Parts: sequence; structure tokens; C-alpha cells
Amino acid sequence: MRRIGGVALLVCALALAAGGATGIQAQQRVTVTYWQYFFQSKVKLIDALIAQFETQNPGIHVVQETFPYDSYNQKVASAVPAGQGPDVVNLFYGWLPLYVDSGYLQPLPEDAFPTTQIERDFVPMVKAARFGGKYWALPTAVRTLALFYNRDLFRKAGLDRAPITWDELLADAKRLTERDGRGTVTLEGFGIAPNGQDHQLIREVLFRQWGAAPYSSDGHRATYNTPQGAEALRWYTDLVAKHNVAVIDFFPGGNGYRDAFVAGRAAMIVDGSFAIGAIRGSAKFDWGVATLPRLTAGGTPANFGSLWVHGLTARAKGPQREAAVKFLQFITSPDTQRLWLQQVGEIPAGKALAGDPKLEADPVYGPFIQSLPYAHATFFVDETAQRTVLVDAVNEVILNHKDPKAALDDAAAREGKILGEFWAKHR
Amino acid sequence: MSLGARRAVSAYAFLALPVAFFVAIRILPAAQALFISLHRWDIVSAERPFVGAANFREIASDPRFWQAAGNTLRYVLTGIPAQLILGLGIAILLRRVARFRGFFRALYFIPFVTPIVAASWVWQWMYSPSFGPLNRMFEAAGLPAQAFLRRPSQALYAVAAMVVWEYVGFQVVIFLAGLEAIPRVFYEAAEVDGAAGWRLFRHITLPLLNPTLVFSAVYGTIVYLQLFTQVLNMTFGDQGGPLGSTLTVVLYVYIQGFQRFRMGPAAAATVALFAAILVITLAQLRFFSRQVEY
Amino acid sequence: MTARAAAGAPAVRAAAGRIPLPRRAGGDALAYLALAAGGVLVVFPFLWMLATSLKGPREIFELHFWPQAPTLENFRQVLTATQFPRWILNSAAVAVITTGSVAFFDSLAGYTLTKLRFPGRNVIFVVILSTLMIPTEMLVIPWYTMSVRFGWIDTYWGIMFPGLTSAFGVFLMRQFMTGIPDELLDAGRIDGVSEFGLFTRIALPLVRPALAALCIFTFLGNWNAFLWPLIVIQTPAMRTLPVGIALFSGEAGSAWHLIMAASTLAVLPVLAVFIVLQRQIIEGVVLTGLRN
Repeated sequence: MRRIGGVALLVCALALAAGGATGIQAQQRVTVTYWQYFFQSKVKLIDALIAQFETQNPGIHVVQETFPYDSYNQKVASAVPAGQGPDVVNLFYGWLPLYVDSGYLQPLPEDAFPTTQIERDFVPMVKAARFGGKYWALPTAVRTLALFYNRDLFRKAGLDRAPITWDELLADAKRLTERDGRGTVTLEGFGIAPNGQDHQLIREVLFRQWGAAPYSSDGHRATYNTPQGAEALRWYTDLVAKHNVAVIDFFPGGNGYRDAFVAGRAAMIVDGSFAIGAIRGSAKFDWGVATLPRLTAGGTPANFGSLWVHGLTARAKGPQREAAVKFLQFITSPDTQRLWLQQVGEIPAGKALAGDPKLEADPVYGPFIQSLPYAHATFFVDETAQRTVLVDAVNEVILNHKDPKAALDDAAAREGKILGEFWAKHR
Repeated sequence: MSLGARRAVSAYAFLALPVAFFVAIRILPAAQALFISLHRWDIVSAERPFVGAANFREIASDPRFWQAAGNTLRYVLTGIPAQLILGLGIAILLRRVARFRGFFRALYFIPFVTPIVAASWVWQWMYSPSFGPLNRMFEAAGLPAQAFLRRPSQALYAVAAMVVWEYVGFQVVIFLAGLEAIPRVFYEAAEVDGAAGWRLFRHITLPLLNPTLVFSAVYGTIVYLQLFTQVLNMTFGDQGGPLGSTLTVVLYVYIQGFQRFRMGPAAAATVALFAAILVITLAQLRFFSRQVEY
Repeated sequence: MTARAAAGAPAVRAAAGRIPLPRRAGGDALAYLALAAGGVLVVFPFLWMLATSLKGPREIFELHFWPQAPTLENFRQVLTATQFPRWILNSAAVAVITTGSVAFFDSLAGYTLTKLRFPGRNVIFVVILSTLMIPTEMLVIPWYTMSVRFGWIDTYWGIMFPGLTSAFGVFLMRQFMTGIPDELLDAGRIDGVSEFGLFTRIALPLVRPALAALCIFTFLGNWNAFLWPLIVIQTPAMRTLPVGIALFSGEAGSAWHLIMAASTLAVLPVLAVFIVLQRQIIEGVVLTGLRN
């Protein structure tokens, strides 16, 4: 009896000590908050990564909070004036200028993230997160554009491969488009979407390939309103206005172009690598991915790259900052990138992983990866407004029959104003 | 204390909490918005430099703002009459039928309870030039197919039709309550005098519906002047419709403030909208208030 | 509209719906026809929604109306794989409490502003009315700052507080209370009823239809509110229905089959509230007089 009592006492004492230790640890535990938008596989993966991270770092507790995608930016922005928000925040790179300017983010510490190491390990478009010589955020994954095409429809039309030039794409589209008795398009050859990814396509791919640099080298002016730029715009708008192989808002909704593709009603679309999962999950037909066409067979390749990056907010101070930095290193590490590719399906931001020959040869990921070396991530000072400017130009040409050069002159003036306002603050 | 004074004290006591709420939750924050309209602020910065009337000048020189203002008025002038006429018509019909009243009432109310995201998607499909049933009906009737949401000249009315559809059930309920409140004695007295049908409607029903009509017109106008969610969802990709043809002032405010993070101009537009709504509402109240004599 | 068709002299009120009243047969049939035709037009989008919610994600864009392989899988997914039941609970709690608050305070304010005389009456009314003209979008940032300062973030109170009184309700109740005869109230005063008693025992019952209408609209407004709940809610457990449904949309598109299923489910509680309250709206007590 006494022995059991003695053991019991020992057990109790140990339990108390362990509990006490945990208690002390809990008191010393630092909590890091991480915000990202809700996406099932991302949320699940981050939860798993957090568990792993906490095991490796017993003094740190990470809390993930997620919000609906469409209103994510409003949510983050609203938190700022109220003094709320996370320590590590996932942001679209296009929002960085605003958040950096406002002092919401703090630069990544040089010792944990040396610039030389970043530029050695990450793909070129990571420079989009660099301002004033410092890096403010880092990605886990990156995205580029490619051409998704419906192989079944291609075969039916006697086409054996994806188009290599834009003229080929037009010719293919003409053969693929189906119309009813009244001439209304019932299946479009090209799933046009000016407010989808096409405005990026026009800006960073078409303009460049036709020979018009979209912006001046210092980024202060829009320079696409040249005759070549007008030709590029004309080629694009002619898809709708002249050749009737594409219909804007063919399927309703912001992502209608993708829905149309998945439904087999658009034979080709230009979309980002983030769409792979959705298309894979919904398309019932044989589909393929090809690199974006060029103006001529051996001509300049061009692509638009974008990235969601993790930034360190100014809220993180002292021990919290240390913990947050550790977490940041963890979620941008090659191991995480590998898991990200497997479970979320996004291209790793690290050169080594992205350059993996197996990945480059992958029929789906390959075309995206091949575009990484020359993908430009547009420096957006106001993504909403800049997108509207280009979409309006397209609509002016198609709906109001405006001359493409005149439309681009207007657009360049409008965008110039937006850029001018921003750069005036940074003289 | 005199009778009047006692009643006044009761009145202030009754109003204390509600008015306190309004002041704290609506008026003070609105004053803050007015304050912001005189400053430059992008939500995320700590600095808010004073810029005086610069924001107002900026929106005044923005063609999109004027487009939004014009569109908003167009929504009001097409939507309110349609809503009132349809609502009253349906309410009257509902009181005529003896059976299935409850069923019909619920039926007409369904649009009002349908989540806007879902309703907008369906309506966009209905309007689809290639696949929508509306164009198929048009073509079956020999009329040319329409572009609806894709044509700047039609897009606004297409959205307005959807808003009227959404609110008609609300209007019916209001009118039913108003019609219900008309005492039978008036009808009996008029019948004794030999009135019937249309004359009864014009001289008894309509005047006695005045408070309800005033409410519907004034409130409806205030709602339509602030139209936002429906427009946002009907043209989600290209917000404000092709070339801004469905843009409303509140959508303009939202885009400026919550997408471009330019709270100064957004607040300025809000102040302008508020002033316009106030003027229009007061004018309506004065115009509609008529004494009912009998 | 004949006197006989006008429902509700007290004597025949109860029977109005049941006794077939003599009327021109043609006019009546026309009414049914018109209502039915209008009804079809009005409910068509909802039927489309319902049809879509019964289709699998791959069937949605096959352009036929009714599902050829109807499935309840979407509903199952919405109800079990998400926190949909919790969202409904949150929305319901907020909506019910807010509706109660609005019903009481707005009718009290509306009554006071039309049936009691006191200095500043019109000014207060216009001031309250003017708050209707301020769009919510401009108020969310001050509300958010306020909520942070007082610790209301991610709480039921935080979601509810902006809606506890509404100028819409004050305006509506004022309009309807205007029609209450002053004689009734004076008679009550002579009988020794307190001012508050006049409100609860005489005025309120007379405007039941309007009160029921107000309850429905307030309930619905809260049920569908999106921007403010989005801003003030931080954790998944506190999400209301519209915020939850927004999760079905993402960068790679929207899961329309789930959105339709969730939206169909979201309609049901409100429709139920409406059906319960519509009797109140229609079977109100008839006023014996109406004066401006």
C-alpha cells in the first residue's frame, strides 16, 4: 500500500512537474499569427506544416486565419488602421507597393534572408518583392501563363498539335469555332477573357512580342501606344470583332472563360498555373498545355509571372519577430516547396526544384516552367485601376469601334496618370 | 409639470436609446467619413495629410464619377416606377383571389430571400447572348437577339430589371399591409354613394394608401440611389459593366475605397451622394405629403 | 376593387378567406391567371438555382435545365464537409436578436415621432432619416476601429451592433403609426394608461401588419449582410452564412454547384419566417380611422 502510495506520489509529482513545465513553457510560448486566403488544399497543408514546425520549435505556437479570396485584400487592409492583423501575411505581389509604402510591412532581416542567397535560390520573378534594395516578402510558389487546349476538339478538327504562333492560333480557332444556324457562336475557338488573364497577356506578352515595351525602363510611363502596340491590340480584338472566334463573357462570371473551357465550349484558353487543379478536377475530355504562342516561329518568347508572397508585418516585434522569421524561413524552404507542389499543385519558387528535369518534362507543368526564365511580373502600383484601363481599351475597340491606336493613346494617358501619382510620392 | 411637458419628457425618454444608437453608430462614423473626405488616406498608412477640397475636385473631374451619378439616376427613374406599379398591381390581385393567397405571396417573395450571388449568376445565364433563354424566346418571336449585359446601352436596364424582380415581393408585402389598413367603412360609404371599380380605387384606395406610397417611394429611392451589391455581382469580372455602363455611385465608392484604397476620393463621393439623397428625399417628402380630406 | 373584395370588416374577418364571396367570375379567373403567369416568371430563377444545386460539378455547364443525373451530393457536402450548420446558427442568432431589438426600438421611436408632441420632433426625425443615406461601405472602417478598441472583434455583439436600430424601421413605423386615431390614445390617457402603456397596449397592436413586415425585412437584411460581418469576423466558428458561402469562390473559380446548394438551403429558414409572419401581416386589426 505504501509502495503504491509512494509511486503514486512520484507519478503525481512528475505529472505536476511536467504540467508545471508545460505551464511555464506555455507562458514563454510565442504566438505567431499567419493570414492567407481560403483554399482547401493550402489551408490543410499549412495546418500540417504548422504542426511540423511547432514540433521542431516547441516555444512557438502558430495560428492560421483564413478569409474568402474575393475579399481578402479588403480584409487585410481594414485590419491595418485598426491596429489588427497577423505577424506573417500572405499577399499578392501586386499589393506590395501599397503595403510597403504604408509601413505595414517590415523588410526581411538580412541575416536570415541574405539578398545574394535569395537571388541565387529563387526564380527571377522574385525581384518583384524587392524595393529600395531590400526584400519585403518571399514566395513559396510562383505562377506563369500557358495555353490550355482541348485535345479532343483539336483531333476532331484535324489538328495534331497546339499552335506555335499567334497566326496559327487564329487559324486553329477558325476551324474549331462552331456556330448555330443564326451565326451565333456556340463553341468558341479561343476563350477570350480581357478581365481574366488576357489583360496580362496583352500587357506582357502581345505588346512585347509585337515590339512595344509596355512601360518605360523606370516604370513611370506607359509606352505601349505605338503602332506596333496598336497592331497587337488589333490582332487581339479582331478575334471578336472580325473573325468571330471568341465571345467576351461567353459564360457568365469572373472565371467564365475557364468554365467554358471545362465545359468543352472553348477550345483554347490562356490561363495561369493556378488553374491546373480546377481544370484537372472538372474537365471530362483530353486536354493539354502548351507554352504561349509567339509572333513568329523563332520569335521572342514572353510571359507574365505572378506570385503570392509571405511578408513580415510591422506588428511582429521582439521575440514574436524572431519566431515569425523562423516560420517564414520554414514555409519558403525547399522542403515546403516540394510539399506545396505535391499537395497544392503550384510551381515551386526555388530555382533548384523548378529546374528539376522531370518537372520540366511534365506535360502539364512543363510549359509553365519553361516560361519561368523570361516571365515578367508587372510592377503594379494600382492593379485594379491598371487592369481597368486595358480592359476599357479592349472594350472601346470592340464595342465602340475605336481605332486601336487611339484607344491605346487614351489608355497610356490614363495609366500614366496613375503611375505618375505613385512615383510623385517616391521622388 | 404640465401635461405637455410630461409628454415631452416621455418622448425624450423613449427616444433616448434609439437616438443614442444612431448618433454613435451612424452619425459619428459618418462625420468621420466627412473628415476623411478632406484628407488623403489609403487605409493602410498612418499619415493622413489634409488636402482640403482636392478630393472633391478630383472626383468632379473624373468622368467615371459623373457616369456613375447619371447611371444611378437612371436606375431610380426606371426601377422605382416599375417596382411600385408591379408591387401594387400584384398586391391588389392577391386580395382578389380567394384561394392560394399564401402560396402566391410566398412565391412572389422568393426573389427577395434569394442570396444575391446565386441570383446574379442565374440572371447572367438568362441574359447570355449565346445560351440564355431570353434570347431564345426573342428569336422564337422573330425579334433579333440582344446583347443585354454586353452592350453598354442595354446593360443598365438589364441589371435594373433584375433589381425590380428582387424587390417586387418586398413591395407587395408593404402594399398588402397598407391595403389591409384601410378601414372598410370608407368603402362601404363610397358604395352607398354608388362608386365602384376604378373610381373606388382612384378616390378611396389611392389616397388612403398615401402614407404607404410615400414610404415606398421615399425608401425605394434611397435604396436605388445606393444600389451596389446587385451591380457588383451582375458584372463581377468587369466591375461597373462594359465601359462603366452599370456603374453606380456606391460601387464607385467601393472601388475607390476598398480596391484602390483611395479613401479620400471615396469619402468625397459618399459626401456628395449623401447630399444628393438628402435633397431628393426632402423634396419627395414635401411633394408627397398631402392632406387626405374626407 | 370592390368593397366586398376588400378583406376584413371585423365581423367577417375570420371568414374572409373561406367563404366564397360573390364576384364576377371572369375577373377572378383573370386574376389567378395573371398571378400564376407572374409567379412563373418570378420563381424561374429560383428553380434554375434549385436545378443547378442537384447537378454534379461536371454537369452544371451542360446546357440543359433539369439535371439528368440528379444528386444530393452537393447538399451533403455543404452540410457535412463545411461548417454550414454553424454558419446558419450564427446568422440566425444575430438575425433574431437584431430583429427583436429593431422591432422594439424602431416602433417606439416611430410612435414617439408621430404621436407625441415635443420640441425638436421634426428635426430628430429628419436626422434619423438622414442616417439612411449613409452607405454602410463608408461606415465599416470606423466601426472596425471602434470594435477593436472595445474588444468587439469576432463576437456576436460585434456582428450585431450596427444593426440594432434602423432608420428604415423608424420611418416605416412612423408612417403606419400616423394612421392611429388620436382619440384612441386620448381615451387611453383618460383611463389612466401610462404613456408607455399607450404604446404597448394600444398603438403596437394596431400596426401589427407593418411590424411583421419590418421584422421580415430586418431579419432578411441581417441574414444576407456581408461586408461588415466579413470585416469583423476573424475565426471560422463565427462566420455567418454569406461569409461562409463566399468561401466557395476562390482564385481558381467558384464552385457553383456548392454555392447553389448552399444558397437553396439558405433560402429555407427565411422563407419559413416569412410564411409564419405573413399571417400577421395580412390579418391585422383594421383601423377604424386614418388621418394624416
